[in-house]
Amino acid sequence: MINATFPIASLAGRPAVGESKVQATPQAMRVLVIEDDPEVARYLVKGLKESGYVADHAATGTDGLVMAMGESYDVAIVDRMLPGLDGLVLIETLRKSGNRTPVLILSALGDVDQRVRGLRAGGDDYLAKPFAFTELLARLEALLRRGSGSRSETVLRVADLEMDLLAHSVRRGGRAIDLQPREFRLLEFLMRHAGHVVTRTMLLEGVWDYHFDPQTNVIDVHISRLRQKIDKGFDKALIHTVRGAGYSLRPTDSEPPAVVPAERRG
Amino acid sequence: MKRGILRTTTFRLALGYLALFGGSVALLFGFLYWATAGYMARQMDETIVAEITGLAEQYRQTGIQGLAAVIRQRLARDPAGSQVYLLTNPNFIPIVGNLDRWPNAPESLDGWIEFELQDQAGRAGEAYLAHARHFVLAGGFHLLIGRDARALQQVQRVILRSLAWGFAITLALGLLGGVLMSRASLRRIEAINRTTREIIEGDLARRIPTRGSDDDFDELAQNLNAMLERIEALMEGIRHVSEGVAHDLRSPLTRLRHRLETARMAGRDPEEQRRLIEASIAEADTLLATFNALLRIAEAESGRGRAGFAPVDLDVVAQDVIDLYEPVAQEKKQTLTAALQPARLVGDRHLLSQALANLLDNAIKCSPDGGRIDVTLSTGDAGARLTVADNGPGIPPEYRGKVLERFFRLDPSRSTPGSGLGLSLVAAVARLHDATLTLDDNHPGLRITIAFPQPKSA
Repeated sequence: MINATFPIASLAGRPAVGESKVQATPQAMRVLVIEDDPEVARYLVKGLKESGYVADHAATGTDGLVMAMGESYDVAIVDRMLPGLDGLVLIETLRKSGNRTPVLILSALGDVDQRVRGLRAGGDDYLAKPFAFTELLARLEALLRRGSGSRSETVLRVADLEMDLLAHSVRRGGRAIDLQPREFRLLEFLMRHAGHVVTRTMLLEGVWDYHFDPQTNVIDVHISRLRQKIDKGFDKALIHTVRGAGYSLRPTDSEPPAVVPAERRG
Repeated sequence: MKRGILRTTTFRLALGYLALFGGSVALLFGFLYWATAGYMARQMDETIVAEITGLAEQYRQTGIQGLAAVIRQRLARDPAGSQVYLLTNPNFIPIVGNLDRWPNAPESLDGWIEFELQDQAGRAGEAYLAHARHFVLAGGFHLLIGRDARALQQVQRVILRSLAWGFAITLALGLLGGVLMSRASLRRIEAINRTTREIIEGDLARRIPTRGSDDDFDELAQNLNAMLERIEALMEGIRHVSEGVAHDLRSPLTRLRHRLETARMAGRDPEEQRRLIEASIAEADTLLATFNALLRIAEAESGRGRAGFAPVDLDVVAQDVIDLYEPVAQEKKQTLTAALQPARLVGDRHLLSQALANLLDNAIKCSPDGGRIDVTLSTGDAGARLTVADNGPGIPPEYRGKVLERFFRLDPSRSTPGSGLGLSLVAAVARLHDATLTLDDNHPGLRITIAFPQPKSA
């Protein structure tokens, strides 16, 4: 199973009642936040802690580099512009020293050109400020999984849904499902991130390689089409809408709807 | 005029040209003088030399007595005294001749002497110049033969004077021409300067006057005017954007503020509070999307976007965007057709994708349910043409330029969704790619064409 090892974020930023088995993962993921803006840093650290991560904070590039080299983090969030040492230089230094910690770059510079520079420097993902915390969390989890998940799998499975990457075929409950190429890639992306929240922006970037927000919610239409093919005629839905965040592909009985804001249930 | 005429480039050029021209005229006149006056002088010298040769021959055959007789004879034939003869013994004592003594004048190496004479013919006191040659005969006798040089000198003087006048007139005319030319250019430059100063002082609507003569100054003025046109359009754009930002962002910010305030007041009702906070976040996201769109346009407009230029298969880009929007059109029961010819150009894939996405977004939003949207990409000699046509309400001709401006919306109440930035981005992306964007009537509906230039084969 792809989805059992990592904590599912509580998107309300607070541990939800009934989610304790997820939150109490014995070894919490360690996140290093290198961010000079105290407001943003506080927001990040607080949100991460409430989502079940252990978060450390460095306010300058030099401090951040020392901490990243000295301790072992599962993922680092690095601001693009930092006092002391520029974010990109920091990442380059880290990579040259053989440190492979996944890095999510945060930046106020959002254009494609800046993004390319960030990824070229050794960053693993790029998120423009301002961002929604759900977006950050979803991307962080995708990064954490990237290290452990294997890219060489030829068959992806979620519940009774099966995707053969070589034969380019999809079956659910033994029944063949005919998908358009783009629908296939969309489903593949969802299956690779099974059990986790995938935002609309992540889908646009991962499936279409678009780095802009279409004015219409085109992704919703594509998902609803995919739903028609994957979930229609089955009693248990696999594609779930995560309110205010995006989508998640998972077996219905595997998790409680952890993504509904806590206040509503409390 | 602020600058002296002497400092103008045209005048300096004219002066330089004048010097060159003056030099060549002087050379030409020198040759003319040599060919006319010089020829006459040489003629005279040759006659004198011929006569000396003849008389020397006479002396060899008939001795000094015979020579004297011949000279006497010749003197008798020339009462006007235009010829000079003087034969003396070795001590320069005259034997025969029309001079009473040997002239006291310096002699050149080959025996030529110039000296003044009194006119014997009676024009009292008038001196004239004689040109003569001194020849020493075998017995030590001296022979001086010359000619009256007055006529020659007069001719020489006349020629010299006319040449000098010609030269002076040439220089004067050249100088005058230079001054006039410089003043003309200075006047026109001054017109440009004056306009520039007025623009610097704030009147951006000023334009440099042209004469319609299609000369280089007119071309300069036209280019400057075109530049000013562009600057004014940009300034207008900036003003428009600032106003747009002020107007269009004020209402969502006001709504945001109201919602947050209401949320604070609704402290007792957590459900209501949560709903208000979520609405506020959505409002903030809309605002951010607007800012992002503005930044995107600015990025495309600055030309900095060209850094991302690479060969792009426009048909693939178009097909991808169509794939993205096809389900959306289907939801509205609209027919979305694509007829794409392969077209490769150098451009920014991301910006081109977004421009086309904006066009499709608009077309789908504006067309009624069950409408029809056609995307065509054709290639021709002129380059690739990408057309998006819908059968929606279209845009009245008078607004077709306006809709490309930032924040302009056909619906003044702004009740339909949209930021009023979609087509501005398309326009900016088209401009970045040197493409022309045209909006036409699709009878009914709107047809937007982006005509890309033919890629330059390097």
